[in-house]
Formats: sequence, structure tokens, C-alpha cells
Amino acid sequence: MEIKKTSLNKLHQSNNAKFVEFAGYEMPIQYSKGIIEEHKFTRSHSGIFDVSHMGQLFIYGDESLTEELEKIFPLDLKNLKLNCSKYSFLMNEDAGIYDDLIITKIEQGYLIILNAACKDKDFEILSNLLGSKFKMNLDNHRSLIAIQGPKSVEILNSIINGVDQLNFMTGNWFDSDNQKLFVTRSGYTGEDGFEISISNDKAEKFVENLIEKGAQLIGLGARDTLRLEAGLCLYGHELNINKTPVEANLRWAISKSRLSNGGFIGSKKIMNQMQDGASQIRVGIKPEGRLIAREKTKIFDDTDTQIGEITSGTFGPSVNGPIAMGYVNKDFSKIDTKILLEVRGKKHPANVCALPFYKKNYVKGVN
Amino acid sequence: MSEVKFSKEHEWITLEGDVATIGITKHATEMLGDIVFAELPEKGSNVEKDGTAGVVESTKAASDVYTPVSGEVVDTNQAIVDDPSKINEDPEGSAWFFKLKMKDQSEMDSLMNKEEYDKFAKESAS
Repeated sequence: MEIKKTSLNKLHQSNNAKFVEFAGYEMPIQYSKGIIEEHKFTRSHSGIFDVSHMGQLFIYGDESLTEELEKIFPLDLKNLKLNCSKYSFLMNEDAGIYDDLIITKIEQGYLIILNAACKDKDFEILSNLLGSKFKMNLDNHRSLIAIQGPKSVEILNSIINGVDQLNFMTGNWFDSDNQKLFVTRSGYTGEDGFEISISNDKAEKFVENLIEKGAQLIGLGARDTLRLEAGLCLYGHELNINKTPVEANLRWAISKSRLSNGGFIGSKKIMNQMQDGASQIRVGIKPEGRLIAREKTKIFDDTDTQIGEITSGTFGPSVNGPIAMGYVNKDFSKIDTKILLEVRGKKHPANVCALPFYKKNYVKGVN
Repeated sequence: MSEVKFSKEHEWITLEGDVATIGITKHATEMLGDIVFAELPEKGSNVEKDGTAGVVESTKAASDVYTPVSGEVVDTNQAIVDDPSKINEDPEGSAWFFKLKMKDQSEMDSLMNKEEYDKFAKESAS
């Protein structure tokens, strides 16, 4: 299969990107400055991320659409206001996660942002569940650009006037350069920022404009260190079909009002786990010293019994030390629990710790 | 001090008397990206030609460091363990990894000179 390219591919090339294949796309892992500088620039200024490989699924329909989607997602969609977004999951009957996603109520329907590696399968699953009653469009004519970091609001507002009025986890349509852009205030870095859905033919010029105003392109490498410092899950690592939202410590994302009656896919398992607790749970982990524990590192207690496994681990540039997330047996999930990580045949001490590793306040209300 | 020689695993080596100083090449650091962790062999241990003798980790991944010659480890560079970013800054100078007392200096003969290594690095990068 031929590798796919986003509409910003040429721009990445001219900015000296190093490319990797990710979910069938040729994507920039880093540019010439490198992951640590890109990471720090995002935290202090404004980073631009090409996330056009992600799926933008528009679903349109009448009021019955909301009812049908509530049979799928653990959300109170009837009370979701226009232009408001929620983090959620597509699950199987055992509450195993097919994908994690952001769903936004738009006029006459919903916009769902899906992971690149999952989007085609998600589309198939949702098509089977929803039937042919609703108009579904996994739109590949639109690019998705994220801009993240403290200077992003000023930079983006100078191009799209009014985005500074958006609250966190809300969006809206804006007019710019004779076209409609859908902008949400959201992100995946722990910084204030936005995601912009824009037609492919306008994307390159739009990003060049952002660069002119002082933002810089950031690769997937720094995107990973940024999200890990922010304690955010990455599908295929923290989340997969064998993990439930309760195990992933994401019960906050399940609407309380849906827990009494269930009625969504996976609700039985979720309600059981909410009551009895899950046997394994996602936690933050800080290795002592400088040691980095990567994905698949085995976690032990002091009696040499394996109690879990690392799902992501790297060096956190803003934390200035190694950080990781993983699953441990629930008895070891309390903060400050001492654990051992087996790296290159030796066991090294580490501590279970609170997430996120790095915290900044999101913009909530503007006024 | 001898001419700098290079291995296919992207280490450099110089010889002074029977003590070899070994580090990783600038080309290697460019491929690895920002180095954030270094592990060195223990002083007094013996390492074998082409065997592993340390680890470097970038933000992206871990890579083994090999020794291009055999010998006893007589010194290690604690400065790069304390601040691994020094390896990116001066890989072929102050950021050496370890020193070996060599057993068989003829092991140097099969290694590449600068010109050969530059050509090898260019070809293996493309």
C-alpha cells in the first residue's frame, strides 16, 4: 500500500522534517531543532502540529441521531450544548476500547475526531451500528491543524478573529480567507490551544501564516513527550481493546447520568467495575535517577512478583527527568508506592505518582 | 596519539600507548537526536570486541553502545552520565564514553579511517 501524505507534506519537507510512517501516513517525527527544543518551544511559545492524519467524521441527522449515539457512547448527549465537546470512547460489549475520541455537537449533527490508526475501522463499526439512516462523512478533504502553547491564542486570533472568545472544550465555525473553518479550543499537550479543521487546499497557506506570526512546526516526537507529561493516554499504548475506561483511570469521562441506567455499549462491565473496582489501573510512574523505562518494561514488587507493565515511557523535557505511565495491580496503585522496573535485566526503583507530571491551567471561562 | 579510527557501529577510537579512548560519532548523535540517558561499563570489567559496552537513550529510543576493540575498562566519563546532553554537544571530544587497556592492538587494523567512515556513514544514512 502506498504511503499517504497530508496536504502539509511539502511544507514539512521544506522545514527539514525527519519523517516516519505513522498509521499509514508519512508524518514528521521532528524538524531540525530536535524533540527537546520543539517541546520547550511549545510550552513557552506556540507549536503547530499537523494532525491531518486523524479522522474527521461528520454525522448528520434528526433528533433520533442523539438517541442512537447514546446507545453507543457513555455520554449525556441530550444535554450536550451546541458547539460543546466531550472526550469519549468507542467500546465493545466488554467495554474494551476500540478508540478514544472527541465528539462535538454541531448544527444538525456531530463531529467526531478519531485516531488515524483506528478511523477506518471506527467508521465501519459506527456504520454498522447506525445503519443507513444518517449521513456519515469521514471527510478526507479537510486537514486538521493543532496550535498549542501560551502564545497560540494571540497568534490564532490575529488570523481568525474571535477564537479568543472560545472556552475550553468548545468550538465554532469561523470565516477566514473565504472559507469556513471549524475551530475548537482543545489539545493534547497540557497547554492552552486550538484545533482547526480546514480544507486541504487552504491548509499550507494557513500554516505558513501561523509560522509568519511566530509559531513553529512541531513533530510527533515532541507531541508524544508533551502528552505524556500532561498524563494523556495514547491509543495503542495506554488504551487498546483489552483495556476499559475504568482500568485506564478515565471514569471522569463517563457521564454520571448514564451510570444509573446504562444502555450504552459496554455499560454492564463499566458499571460493575465502577462498583467493585478494576483489578488493574493506569498510573503515573517516576523512575528514580535518570533511567528511562520504555513501553513493555515489566513492573515488579519487592518480592519479585510481576505486578504490571509500562505502556509509555520517555524523558520529560519540562519535568527534566524520566516519566512513564503503565498499568499496575490495584493494590499497588496508591501514590508513592515503591515499585521496581526491569530494564536490561536489572531491577530499578521507581514510584507510583500523581498525573499529570506537568500542569498548567487551561483557559476555562474567558470573561 | 594515534589517528582516529571508526567502527561500523558508529564508534570512534583513539589509542595512546595501550589505552584506547572510545566514544560515539557525531553522525551517530545526529541519527539518535537529543540524548537523555547514558550508561557506561563498570571500571575494571572486561569487554570484548563488538560486544555491548553501554547504552544511550534519546527521547525516542534506546541504543546499545558497542566496543570496537577488546580490553579492560580503566576509566569512564561520569560527566556524560550526569549530563547526557554533553554527548550531543561534543561527541568526538570531551564526551568520550570509556577508556580501555587494550589486549591486542591489531584489532585496530580492521577499523575505518575518517575518509572511509564518512563515506560509510553517508551511504548507510541514505
